[in-house]
Formats: sequence, structure tokens, C-alpha cells
Amino acid sequence: MTTVFDLSLLAYEPPGWGKVLLVGFMRSIQLAAGGYLLGILIGIAGAAGKLYGNKVVRDLFEIYTVVIRAVPELVLMLLFYYVGTDLLSRASTAMGFGSVDIDGLTAGILVIGLVQGGYATEVFRGAILAVPRGQTEAAHAFGMSPAQVLRRVTLPAMTPHALPGMANLWMIATKDTALLAVIGFSELTLVTRQAAGATQHYIMFFLAAGVLYLALTLISNVALRRFERYARRGLVSTR
Amino acid sequence: MFKTFTATAGLIGLSIFAAPVLADSYKIGLSAEPYPPFYAPDASGNWSGWEIDFIEELCDRLDAKCEIKPVAWEGIIPALKTGKIDMIIGSMSITPERAEQIAFSNKYYSSPTGILARKSTDIEPTPEGLEGAYLGIQSGTNQEQYARKHFADSATLNVYQTLNEELQDLVAGRIDAIVADTLAVQTFINSETGQSCCEYRGEVASDPELMSEGMGVGLRQSDTELRERVNSAIDAMRADSTYEEISAPYFDFDIYGS
Amino acid sequence: MSDPQTLASLTRPSRTPMLTKLPGLLEPHRIILLLIFIVGLVAAIQLMDWSWLPRYLPKLWEGLQMTLIMLVSSVVVGFLIALPLGLAQVKGAWPLRWLATGFCTVIRGTPLLLQLWLFYFGLGALFGQFPEIRDSWAWDYLRQAWPYGFIALTVSFAAYQGEVMRGAFAGVPHGELEAAKAFGMSRRKVFSRVWFPRAVHRALPTLTGEIILQLKSTPLVATITVMDLYAVITQVRQTTYLTYEPLLFLVAVYLCLSGVLIVGLRWLENRVPQH
Repeated sequence: MTTVFDLSLLAYEPPGWGKVLLVGFMRSIQLAAGGYLLGILIGIAGAAGKLYGNKVVRDLFEIYTVVIRAVPELVLMLLFYYVGTDLLSRASTAMGFGSVDIDGLTAGILVIGLVQGGYATEVFRGAILAVPRGQTEAAHAFGMSPAQVLRRVTLPAMTPHALPGMANLWMIATKDTALLAVIGFSELTLVTRQAAGATQHYIMFFLAAGVLYLALTLISNVALRRFERYARRGLVSTR
Repeated sequence: MFKTFTATAGLIGLSIFAAPVLADSYKIGLSAEPYPPFYAPDASGNWSGWEIDFIEELCDRLDAKCEIKPVAWEGIIPALKTGKIDMIIGSMSITPERAEQIAFSNKYYSSPTGILARKSTDIEPTPEGLEGAYLGIQSGTNQEQYARKHFADSATLNVYQTLNEELQDLVAGRIDAIVADTLAVQTFINSETGQSCCEYRGEVASDPELMSEGMGVGLRQSDTELRERVNSAIDAMRADSTYEEISAPYFDFDIYGS
Repeated sequence: MSDPQTLASLTRPSRTPMLTKLPGLLEPHRIILLLIFIVGLVAAIQLMDWSWLPRYLPKLWEGLQMTLIMLVSSVVVGFLIALPLGLAQVKGAWPLRWLATGFCTVIRGTPLLLQLWLFYFGLGALFGQFPEIRDSWAWDYLRQAWPYGFIALTVSFAAYQGEVMRGAFAGVPHGELEAAKAFGMSRRKVFSRVWFPRAVHRALPTLTGEIILQLKSTPLVATITVMDLYAVITQVRQTTYLTYEPLLFLVAVYLCLSGVLIVGLRWLENRVPQH
């Protein structure tokens, strides 16, 4: 392996590995985005369950969030990927659907989504609690059904409160995709390791991957700050 | 409306008739790492190597569509058992331990296990010869089991996730030797870095419990019919000279072994 | 003048029942959940294969020790590095501020796994290339994996804590600093007696959460050959080919670890006076 950076290896066309890295990067973004969205759905359901559900639902969601927050993501991912998909397969075979196979992208999204969901539940719960009660009470007084209240009043009102936490979760999602490399998903970190192994230019390829991740982080930061300014319009700022 | 109806009916009919023409499709699992000359990813994102050619030929003979699915080697057997992949064709050694978990086809090549050591050391492929050395092993391989059984008392074992990383650390001098499949390290030994740093010190003593007669295709124990078909395909490849044709660009000797 | 009813109620013996509200754990639905959990646990112990556990217990204990060593050392050293990092971002001259902010941004913007592999495989191989390094005393440490794991974890913790410390230093109420200056304290005294203690105090509540997050990052060092708890369980999975049992055991151990850490840290928090 050489210390001299052979930048031609990063070229887009073979024998440069640029295209492979970028494809892996796209895959990482897909995994992060899919997992993040799934996390949002689980988070809303979990927050609603924790705040408005009966005692059993509340306890079950509490167990879910405690486990997610206490156990390392790597272990959780292994658990969901091997144990989770095995249980799913067995369940579907028992129900007569034959063994269901989940392709890599879906499995990765499920895994990241389940981890994100645990954190998102707490973020949304705090955000919903921060919504002034008068607004939801007024909505109820108008005769809206609980679903309507949720959709028309609670969710839009809680968004600015949830944004800092959700922005943080997006950053966590993009970085958690790297952990999927240990399981063998073809995302940026694994592809980088393969390229580095095949060419023996470890430092250069890892730095290149770092640059890509950093670019994603910085662009996300800018976009999220813009969205937060839009969502906070009309709110009294604490500054 | 009528046109749409006939078009849809035609499509459905075509797909019903086309179904028998569409072959089976299998997901082939191999390790998600470069493992030349058997399989390695190249800059265009495709996998190439002896084993890839072998897989193509095998699937041709099985009349099936094969999709190559790289999996972390540590988890490749669970991936097979839970149905994420249908066959393991990734230079997996047939061992009695593994045979309890999955089924193997007949062997399709064999490679002895040996020790590759830095030139500056005087390591021999025996427990005494490895006294006090740092030995690299790959997680999930039968070499790992062998090393833990025979070398754990004399050498310090470093467990890596891929062969590449072992070789990287060997060159860097972090470890003094690695125990690996001889054929798998040939490419490295023949390379410039390999020539200057390290040399092959010989095969390890045989251990029938852990060592194998060769590499086989890993299958689920329930897939008995598939196993028969794979075996006959391998035999056919050996009988006509397809096997030699596949091996010619990579090896100048017969890797099937005795 | 006292109300006859009040007087009567004063002399009446207390008739409040012993338990106006069941303690949390004994509520009916919780009891049912607990029973289900115990039944599940017993079934798991009976039906699953735990024969590997006695054999691997010494190794698991060593792995746990390595995990804890990585955790404690990276937290302590990382926190010490985070203090100047946070301060530099608030009060430093602009080159220092840029450096500190840049460092925190880069480390927080890239995955820990990537940083870990960069340190170990990239840098480590770099060191190995020079025979001068290889023959020196340092090689015994540079060839091992745990220093790189320690450095990567420490750097990561320092970057995240640096952000927290920045917020803490910037958030100390100005009034207190002005009052200290009005007392005639020199700039150093203001820093050491007011600003620094108050900032650290503000940051302490989040420290528990950050330590738990760091615990969750420690398994990554197993990918660079450090034998921590996760690595030992991986070895168990390879040797026994079991899917469920080792992973469930690992989950249970981490749950207990987190629980112990949270309880311990909360006890520490209570010992530190809030004012």
C-alpha cells in the first residue's frame, strides 16, 4: 500500500472507483431516508400511544423505547436482521404464505426505521406535550374526531418543537447506515472498504468516503435550518 | 375498452404460458470482500473471478437465473438458513461442524490451509513454531476454529473480518503470520508487496475434524433435490473440459485436488 | 373560632386506607405483563440452547472488562479534551475557533465506524511502513488494536461533548460574570471561580445520556480486532452456529449495563449539589 494518493482511482469511469463509491453513497442515502421516514411513522404512533393510549399500550411502547435507547445500534441491527426476519419468515410460513424474503434495501430500511422509531417516539412525545393545550381542547370543542385533531392541529403545531430532535435524528440515520456495513449491506462504508482492499489505498478511499458523508451532513444542516425557519414562522422566538 | 381488455387478457395469457419458460432463480451468497482470484469486485461494481465464472456455468447447467448477493462472511450461514440466500458459493470449506448446520454439495475445488509469515520471523506452521507470535485469523472460517484449537495457547490471535485486512496488517507488521487457504493468498504472494514482505511457510498439520476435503456449495438441508442437481452439474463440468476451461485463465494447475 | 366539624375531624382517628393507590409495579396490567415476561424468560431458558454459556463465561467476563475500560477511558479523556474545545469555540481567537469548530463538525459529520477504520487500517498501516517506527519502543503499542479504538472513541466523545460544552460556556448567565468582574476578580479568577464551574455544572445533566450513547458506540471496536463483549459473542455465534441465544444474551447484558450506569450516575448527580 502506498502513501501517495493516487487520485485517478477516484475517477468516475473504471478503473476508477468513483462510480462504485457514488452508487454506494446513493444506497446509503436511500437507506437513511427510508429508515428515517419509517422512524417518523413509528414515532408518531408511539407518541400517540404513550400519550393517549391505555396503560398496556403505554407500557409496551415504554419497553420498546427503553430497549432501543439502552442497547447498541449494532446489536439491534443484528437482532432485527437475523432474528427479526427469521421470525417474519416463520410467521408467514405458518400462515401459509410461504417463506417471505425481504430484499436488502427493505431489510436495511426496516432495521434503521425500527431504531429511529424508538428515539422519534420520545421526540414527538415531548413536542406534542409542548403544544398549548388550549389548541387541542378548542379542536375537540369544535367536534373534530381524534384523527382530525391529530392531523389538523396537533401535528402541525408540534412540528417546530420536534424539529431540533428530528434534525438530530436525521444525522444519526445517515451515520447509522455505516453500521450496516458490518452486516454486509452494499452501502458507502462497505463499498469503500472493498475498494480500499482491492487497491490497497486505504487512507485515500476512507478520506473520500468521509468527504461524501461530510457533504451530506453539511447540506442536510443547511436544508434543515431553512425548514426550521419556515416551520417556526409565527412562533415567538426565545431569542 | 375492448382493446384494453384484449391487451390485458393477452398479457395474462402470455405470462401463464411464459411461466414454465422462466427458469428458477437463485440467490448466490459469497463474502462481501475482495477474495482474489476467486471473486473480487472491480471498479465497475461487478464481481469477477474463478468462482464467478464457476457460478455462471453452474447456473447455466441448472437452467436457472442466479443473482450474486454479497453477505458478511460472519453471517453467511444464518443468511442461508433463514432464506436470504439459496446457495453459498464463496469458497466455503466442507467441515463436519458445518455439515451439521447445512448441507454441502460435492467439492468443487480444494485448497490446503497454510501459514503465511513475515520474512523477518522464523515461524513454522506448528504450535511450537508459532510461540509468542501474533497470528491473524478471519472470523467465521474453519481456519479460525483450527487456530483456536491448536494455536490459542502459543500464539496471540487477532480476529479480522476480512482476509484483506489480515493481509494489510501482515504487511504493516502488526501481525507476524496469518493462517489461511493457500490458494486464496496466492495472488498476494505473487504481488510486489507480498514478495517483499512475506513468504509461505507451509501447510498446517491436518485435523480431520476441522479441516476439509475441499470447498463445496452450501445448501439448506431441506433442499435435497437442488443438491442432486448441483452435484450432477459439477460432475458434468469435470467430465467435459469446462472445468479446465474455467480454471485456465487463473491457475496453471488443477485446483480440484485429489 | 373552630368549626365543630373541623374539631371533630381533628379528634377522629385517621381512617385513610393504607394504600390509596397501588404502587406502580403492582397495578393489574403490570402484573400480567410481568407474568408474561417471567413465563417467556423461563421458556427461553428451558427451550433454548445455553450450553455454551458456562464454557464462555471467563471470556465473556474479559470482554465485558474490555468494553468497560474502553467506555470509561474514552469518556474521561474525551471530556477533558472537550473542555478546551468548547471554550475555544466561545472565547478563542478566530483561528482557534475555526479549528475547534471544524474539528467538531468533521468528527460529528462522519460515521464513527469510518473514523475507526481510518485510524486503524489507514494510519496503522502508515506507521508500519517505516522500519524506524517498527523497531522503536512505541511499536508494541502501535501494533495493538486497542489504542486505535481508544483514540477513535475518545475523539468522537470529545467532539460531541465539545458541542455541549460550547453551549454550556455560552449559556452561563452574563449577570454572574459581570458581578464577578464587579467584585474586582481578575480574568483568570472569574474563569476559575465562576465561569468554568457554572459551565461544567450546566453540562453535567446531559452527561448521563452522553455516557450511555458512548456505551452504545463501544461494540464497533470489535471490527478492528479488539476483543470486547460483542467480539466474544461473535465468536460464540461462529462456533455454535446459534442465531437467537447469543444475541439475546448480548441484549440482556447491555440492558443491565445501561441500567447500572444510569442508576450509578443518577446517584452521583444527587451527590453533586444543584446549587
